[in-house]
Order: sequence, then C-alpha cells, then structure tokens
Amino acid sequence: MTMSNSATLATPIGGLYHRRRIANKVALSLALGAAGFGLFWLVAILWTLLYNGLSAINLSLFTENTPPPGGEGGLLNAIFGSVVMTAVATAVGTPVGVMAGTYLAEFGRGTKLAEVVRFINDVLLSAPSIMVGLFVYEVLVVRMGHFSAWAGAMALAVLVIPVVVRTTEDMLKLVPNSLREAAAALGAPQWKVITLVAYRAARNGMITGMLLAVARISGETAPLLFTALNNQFWSADMNAPMANLPVVIFQYAMSPYEDWRQLAWGGALLITVAILLLNIGARLLAGLGTTRK
Amino acid sequence: MTEIALTLTDAHASTARRARRQRLQDAAFRNATLAFALLVLLILGGVTVSLIDGALPALRMFGFGFVGTEVWNPVSEQFGALAPIYGTLLTSIIAMAVGIPVSFGIALFITEMCPAWLKRPLGVAIELLAGIPSIIYGIWGLFVFAPFMQSTIQPFLIATLGQIPGIGNLFMGPPYGIGILTAGLILGIMVLPFITSITRDVFETVPPMVRESAYGLGATTWEVVWNVVLPYTRTGVVGGVMLGLGRALGETMAVTFVIGNAHRISSSIMAPGTTISASIANEFTEAVGDVYTSSLVALGLILFLITFAVLSIAKLMLLRLQRKAGV
Repeated sequence: MTMSNSATLATPIGGLYHRRRIANKVALSLALGAAGFGLFWLVAILWTLLYNGLSAINLSLFTENTPPPGGEGGLLNAIFGSVVMTAVATAVGTPVGVMAGTYLAEFGRGTKLAEVVRFINDVLLSAPSIMVGLFVYEVLVVRMGHFSAWAGAMALAVLVIPVVVRTTEDMLKLVPNSLREAAAALGAPQWKVITLVAYRAARNGMITGMLLAVARISGETAPLLFTALNNQFWSADMNAPMANLPVVIFQYAMSPYEDWRQLAWGGALLITVAILLLNIGARLLAGLGTTRK
Repeated sequence: MTEIALTLTDAHASTARRARRQRLQDAAFRNATLAFALLVLLILGGVTVSLIDGALPALRMFGFGFVGTEVWNPVSEQFGALAPIYGTLLTSIIAMAVGIPVSFGIALFITEMCPAWLKRPLGVAIELLAGIPSIIYGIWGLFVFAPFMQSTIQPFLIATLGQIPGIGNLFMGPPYGIGILTAGLILGIMVLPFITSITRDVFETVPPMVRESAYGLGATTWEVVWNVVLPYTRTGVVGGVMLGLGRALGETMAVTFVIGNAHRISSSIMAPGTTISASIANEFTEAVGDVYTSSLVALGLILFLITFAVLSIAKLMLLRLQRKAGV
C-alpha cells in the first residue's frame, strides 16, 4: 500500500522524490559509517591498552621502585609522586578556582570585567599544557635553579584553576535566586548567603568540578617534563625532582628495553583506569544533585 | 521611660555596629573573590610575559627570519622555526580532515538516527573518551599504529597514490611508520571525542519546533540536518571545530611519540618531521646554551600566538550561538 502510494505521489514531480530518498539513504549510511569508523579506533585503543596493560599489572608494580635498564621493578615511586603532586596541585588550585568562580557568578554578573575573565578562563581551559610547563619553568625552575616537585605541582595547579572556575560558576548560577533572597531577607550578610547557602546548594556540582580537574591533571605529561622532571629513586622531597607516572611512561615507552615498555603499559592502564573512575564518580555525583542540567 | 529609651539607643548602636561589621566582611569577601578573578588574568599575562621574556634572546639574534628559516642546528647554534611550524600546521590539517567529517557523522548519528535508549550511553561514552590523556594515544601510536602504518597503509599508499604524477610526491619515500601522516591521523582520532561532544551539544540547541516543522513539510532526515540544523548551528559547529583545532595544534604527547623529531620539511607527508610542541618536549631538558633554550621558548611563543587566536575565534563563535539560542 505504501509502495503504490509513494509511486502515485512521486509521479507528478518525476524522479525528485526518489532522488531525495536516495540522497537521504546515502548521507545517513555515511554518517553510520563514520560513527562506526570513529568508535572502532577508540575501542581499538582501549582494547590494546587493556590487553598490554593487564599483563604488566602485578604486585611488584605497586611495591617496587622504577628499575634501572634491564632490571626488575615497579612503579611505586612514580605512583607516589603522581598522587602527591596531584594532591598539592588540587589543594592549591581549587580554592583559587572557587573564589574566582564565585566572583563571576555572584558579584560580577553582567560586568565587563567578568566577561573578560570568563573569556580568558575559557582560553586557558583549552590552552596547550606544554606552555604552562614553559611558564612554570621560566618562573620557578630558573629562579630556584633546579627542577622540583613544587614546580610540577604548581604547573598542574595552573591547569586545575580554569576547570574549577568554570564548574563553580556554572553550578552557582544554577542555584535559584529565591534561596539567596530568602537568606538575605533573614538578615544574613552577602558573604554568609554565599558561603552558607549558595555553596551548600551547589556543593555536589563543585565537588564534581574538582574531580574533573583531578582527572584532567593526573594524565598530564607535558607540563611535568621540565618542572618535576623525573626521578629513578624514591623521593618524598618536594624540593627535588620527583618521579611521576606520565613522565615515566613517556621515557620507558621510548626506551629499547622490553621490561621498561611493559612497565609503561602497566602505568598507562593505571592512569586510564584512575581517570575513568574519577570521571564516572564525578558524573554520578552530579547526577545525585537535585539540580540537573 | 528614659530607661527604655536608653536600651533602645543601645540596641540601635549595636545593630549599627553589627551592620558596619557585616559591610566590612562583605567588602572583604567581595574583594577577595575579585582578587582571585584577577589572578586568572594574571596567569595569562604571566604566561605571555614569561614566554616573550624567554624568547627575546633568540628573537634578537635571528630577528623575524626565525619564523622563515628551516635550519635547526644546535652545534652551530643556528635555529629557525619553519620546520616545526610547517609540521604543526600540516599534522593539524590532516587531523581536521579526518576528525571533522567523522565527528560530524557521529554527532549526526547520535542526535538524529540512534534509538533513544542508546543516546545517553553513547554520549557519556564519547565524553569519557574525551577525558583519556593524550599520552595513551601516543603510546598506542608508537606500539600499534605506527607498525601498522609501516606494514600496511604506507606501502599501499606508495604503490597507488605515490605513482600518480604531481600528488605522488606527497606519498613518496620509504615507509618509516612514524612521521607527519601517522601523527596527523592519531591527532585526528584524538580530537574525535572533543569535536563530537560539542557538535552534539550544539545540534541539541535547535528548538524541536524548528526541526519538527521541517519534518512536517516532508523533509528527509538528511534534509533536516543539512538545511535546518546545520544553518541554525553553523557558528557553534565552527566553534567546536576550532576548539578541536586548538587542541590539535598544541597537542604534545600524542605527537611526540610518532613524529620522528626531524627538523626538516620533506615533500612527502610520510617522512618524519616535527611539531612545535614535540620539539619542545623532546629537546628542552637537553638544550645546552642560552640560544638553544631561548629558541625553544620562542617556538612556544609562536604556538601560544597561534592557539590563542584559534581558541579566541572558537570561543567567540560559540558565544554568538549561545546568544542566539538565548541561553
């Protein structure tokens, strides 16, 4: 029935209807093909990572330090270094980002300055991370005269700030104004309205932003290459070069030694799993909040 | 009577004091947040100043010729940025040539074609993929993709396209595996999730009314996308693409593994080359002497200028779409 219908409908305008349907089919098949093609590569990468990474994961990966060429070892010092520098960077960057985001959402609404800050922040958000490394190198490493974990942490902190600014502002903007007005009507000063009411209402979203920032920096390699450098040995001294997972992966993967390459795969899997967990955690937390985008 | 009046004035005084204190606290809090907002500007200013400062010795020595020279010789301390700039632009062009159509296809698939139950999981998966650090793409490129290019794709390209006069020059030479083409393709895969997630978001800003009206007039899915959705979201799509381009231009780790780090411009896109970020990552800690270090910082400055321009355009275009959508 549909067949004869479309046939009679199509006759007056000749092959036009037919052509349109063919064009539609072709375009949609191409889109389907593109989707399949793109997802194929992304899945292929994850699969290789899982395949090579799992065989490299064992207990000594977590209990021994990075080995010299040809030796046996693990990634303990690198894992420790990554965790420490990420923690310091988050501890430094989050308050800065929260305060700046507060200004944008609460005080600066509609002002020219807020617009400029927002714009610059968005540019910083996607700026190449290697430039942040160069910046911190010029400012800290050259002045101090040596590479250090502090410099690495500061470079990561610079990357944390724009992420937290952005999410803090977005989340505070979702807090209904009636809440603020209710608090203000009770006589609360503005700083109390913001810290005790608005922050609380936006808490889940703000923690989400922090988790996303942690996820972002825990895989960053470029800013650490010439700030924290690397360290083959165990070091907890923030004033000295410190081992960290991304740089270890970089150096070991580029090396000709099979043991080192194995460790690089193991480290790569660790980082990816950690980042996926952080991202999923952040997403779940954002879903828990009463406010949804 | 007088007693009551006294306590009243007392109360007045204490409220006034409290009000004054609160005003002070408010001002302090407000200014503190303002200071941190200004810090964001200061960071960008600091990046700019420190890059210019670090690049000055090289720029003074080589002048504007720095940008147009191909020589990169640490021994004779002759440096030029042409090869890294060329490599940066070429890898990004290859990445965009792959990334734009494919991510457009994925976004079209997610918004218009896929069953409703698959929409959310697919969207989340794409966003999770966007979070995977670039070093993973790099290590995969080095151990899996480059050998595959060397054994399969490149010999095929040399045997087919390489034989055609003219464009054949682009596909000549031995199949190294690593090189500009390989790096560009990996970048293309890497920017897929970025561009896709923005394109998808942007597609969803089209009011259902507009879309449904077109369907109501009898338009096919493709016609709705091409004649209604795309024109409506044009600035946003361009913004998303520029954001992806910004990533591709400045990407370090995905490229450094497979680019080959050769400071020369070859006619073949399969030859090893270098990009700005790969040069910095590979050579910075080993650079001896002020001129060498300064030349690498000057490369960073050039990258900064290029990406800043690209990202600004991206942001402005996305803002324009947002205003139109009235968000």
